[in-house]
Amino acid sequence: MTIDIKTKALKKSLFVFHLSTGSCNNCDIEILDCLTPRFDIERFGMVLVGSIKHADVLLVTGIGTVKNANRIKLLYHQMPKPGFVVAIGACACTGGMFRDGYTMSGPLDTIIPVDVYIPGCPPKPEAMIAGIAKLLERLK
Amino acid sequence: MEILKIFLLIFGSFIIFSLAGIMSGWFDRKISARFQFRVGPPLWQNFLDLAKLTGKEIVIPDSANQFIFLFSPIIGIIAITATGAILFSNIFFYPLKWDLFIFIYLLLIPSIVIFLAGSSSGNVLASVGAGRELRLLLSYELPFIIALLVPVIKCGTVQISEISRYQIANGVNTGHISGMIAFIVALFAFLGKIGYVPFDVSEAETEIAAGTFIEYSGFLLALFKLMKWILLSVGISFLVIYFMGGFRNPLTGFLKYLLVLFLIVLIKNTNPRLRTDQILRFSWGWLTMFGMLAVIFALMGY
Repeated sequence: MTIDIKTKALKKSLFVFHLSTGSCNNCDIEILDCLTPRFDIERFGMVLVGSIKHADVLLVTGIGTVKNANRIKLLYHQMPKPGFVVAIGACACTGGMFRDGYTMSGPLDTIIPVDVYIPGCPPKPEAMIAGIAKLLERLK
Repeated sequence: MEILKIFLLIFGSFIIFSLAGIMSGWFDRKISARFQFRVGPPLWQNFLDLAKLTGKEIVIPDSANQFIFLFSPIIGIIAITATGAILFSNIFFYPLKWDLFIFIYLLLIPSIVIFLAGSSSGNVLASVGAGRELRLLLSYELPFIIALLVPVIKCGTVQISEISRYQIANGVNTGHISGMIAFIVALFAFLGKIGYVPFDVSEAETEIAAGTFIEYSGFLLALFKLMKWILLSVGISFLVIYFMGGFRNPLTGFLKYLLVLFLIVLIKNTNPRLRTDQILRFSWGWLTMFGMLAVIFALMGY
């Protein structure tokens, strides 16, 4: 019963931490669009937080460069569990047009486990909200 | 019987002020959202946040001083509950002598606890936040105490319940020029105490990433959030009791509470974050000057 309450509360109040690992900033701008009056994810209790220790969801954009790979792992291990990882954009999902680049350290799921993939270059804010909704469905 | 009464007092103060504080926190988020043409979070959002944080893992960094790190939020909650109990004793007519001094002293402890939490985390940004919190404490405490002197001069007592009773008999303190100025000064100093936007240097979400709370997670973060919300409701109730005549009539009391809360949210949403030196200049300059002016007016009888 207690676990049930915690899961229910978790579904209604996700704190989101945003990590950019060598992206072109386009996905980052689209993430910030989710906070604007048009989309307003605070309706669903989602807040963008500044520290990974407060976060439930790690949003990762970008290809995950060689220099960033270790930092992604560190941040993932610092995130208090239960926590989820969302790969945003074509780069984080597959490597996109940079898959053969010399700074590429593999797509995100070769570095840390990923819960949700949101493809697109960049994905629309609607797509991100739909992806988070899919993640919440899995939490049941 | 006496112990039961004290237990009821403390437990009741905790329940009432935490409920009021959580709802005030929701009001703040909702009104802020409406200022930005957003919809804002639902009514029970802050309860859900607390429930969720309680179920999360607690991460303690290796570099932290574990004892202080774990105990500072608990001390903060205890201190702020005791602060609420002093106000609550007014309603039960269980008055303490010299309770104004105890109140001012206990109201300092949340800031000290935030400083301790920041400096025990072992994080660079947290220690930056801790230093800023202490500077903030130094800057707002002087005008706050000067502003609180005005009702003491007006009513001739240092007992909060007596000041409340005096206002029922002789009209509210904000009805006079001196009381009005003192109320505005105390409101600004209280904004520094709760760390709301013009004075949020120690938390500074976008600048030093939640500052003093950066290493806190799970239940401990929930305690800190609860402490801040109780501080909000206790402080506003204190301002209402001390300057605006109190809660004798529940409806007008509630409206007064909402008015002060709305003023705080209004100031929060229309101002940028000040630098530490600007805060110090503002508090020790303008606020202290107006506080002194209010004291002089009060001594002259206005």
